[in-house]
Amino acid sequence: MIDRSFIGHVFDPFTVEVEKGRIRFFARTIGETNPVFTDEAAARAAGHASLPIPPTQLFCLEMEGPEPFLFFNRLGLDFARLLHGEQSFAYKRVACAGERLTFTQRVADIYDKKNGALEFVLRETAVEDEAGRRVADLKTTLVIRNG
Amino acid sequence: MTDLAAPALALAVGDIFATLELAPVTRTQLALYAGASGDHNPIHIDSDFAHAAGEKDVFAQGMFVMAALSRLLTANAPLTALRSFGTRFLAMTHLGDRLTLTATVAELFEAEGERRARLDLAVRDQAGEQKLAGAAVLALADRDL
Repeated sequence: MIDRSFIGHVFDPFTVEVEKGRIRFFARTIGETNPVFTDEAAARAAGHASLPIPPTQLFCLEMEGPEPFLFFNRLGLDFARLLHGEQSFAYKRVACAGERLTFTQRVADIYDKKNGALEFVLRETAVEDEAGRRVADLKTTLVIRNG
Repeated sequence: MTDLAAPALALAVGDIFATLELAPVTRTQLALYAGASGDHNPIHIDSDFAHAAGEKDVFAQGMFVMAALSRLLTANAPLTALRSFGTRFLAMTHLGDRLTLTATVAELFEAEGERRARLDLAVRDQAGEQKLAGAAVLALADRDL
C-alpha cells in the first residue's frame, strides 16, 4: 500500500527550459500536421513568440526535471503495475519555446478500491512562467494494480 | 473537418466537430513517443519487460493516444482558444490497433465573458472498443456564434 501520509505533500518545484527541438520532435512523433509546431514563421504568423507547446506536451515537460522519476520513486510506484487513469489540462495561456517553466507537484489524494486491489494517486501540478504567471494546471490520476 | 475560422460556420450541439482515422499502431511509434515525450516507462517499449509484467506485449502510452487526439483540436481551432482538455483512459491500445478519433459538440455555453463549446471526445479501435473518453472546451470567436 502507498503511504497515505504523502497526501498533501508538495514536491520541491523544478524549472524546465522549453526547447524548439523538443517541440518539433514531439509534434512529428504524434503526427501533428499544423505547421505552427514545427515552423517558426507559421508560429509567428499565428501570433506566437516562437513554437508553441502542443496541448499535451506539458505532461512530458513535467518529466524533464532534474530527477524525472522522483515522484514515482518517492511514492514507491512500480512501473510494472502502473496505469495512467486520467489526465487533464486547464490552460491559462500558451507557452512557447525559449521560456522557462516551473512545475510544482502536489499529491492531492491517495485512495483505493476493491479492498486495495486498485490504488489511485491524484497528482496536481501547477505550471508557471518566469514572471510567476500561471500557464496551466495539470491533473493526473495514476492507478496501481495490486491484484 | 470543420474550420472554426470559417465565418459562415455555426456550431450546433450534436455536430461532429472533427474525426480522424489513424494508421495501425506500431512499435516504432511507441519507441519514438517514449523518446519524444521523456516517458521511458519500459512497459511501452521493451517486450521483455512487458512479458515479465504479465502483458502479452508492449502497449501504447495512454498519452500517445491523447496526443493524437489533440490533433482534432489543433487542426480545427487556434491554440489560444483551447481552455481545457481532459481524458480518461478506459482500455489499453495494442500494437496494430486502428484508432478512430471523434470530437462531437456537446454543449454551447458562456463562461468568463466568452462563448465556449464543450466537445465530447472519443477514441475507438477497429472493433469499436472505446479506449479514451474525454472533453475539451474551446473559446469561440464572435463569428462562430
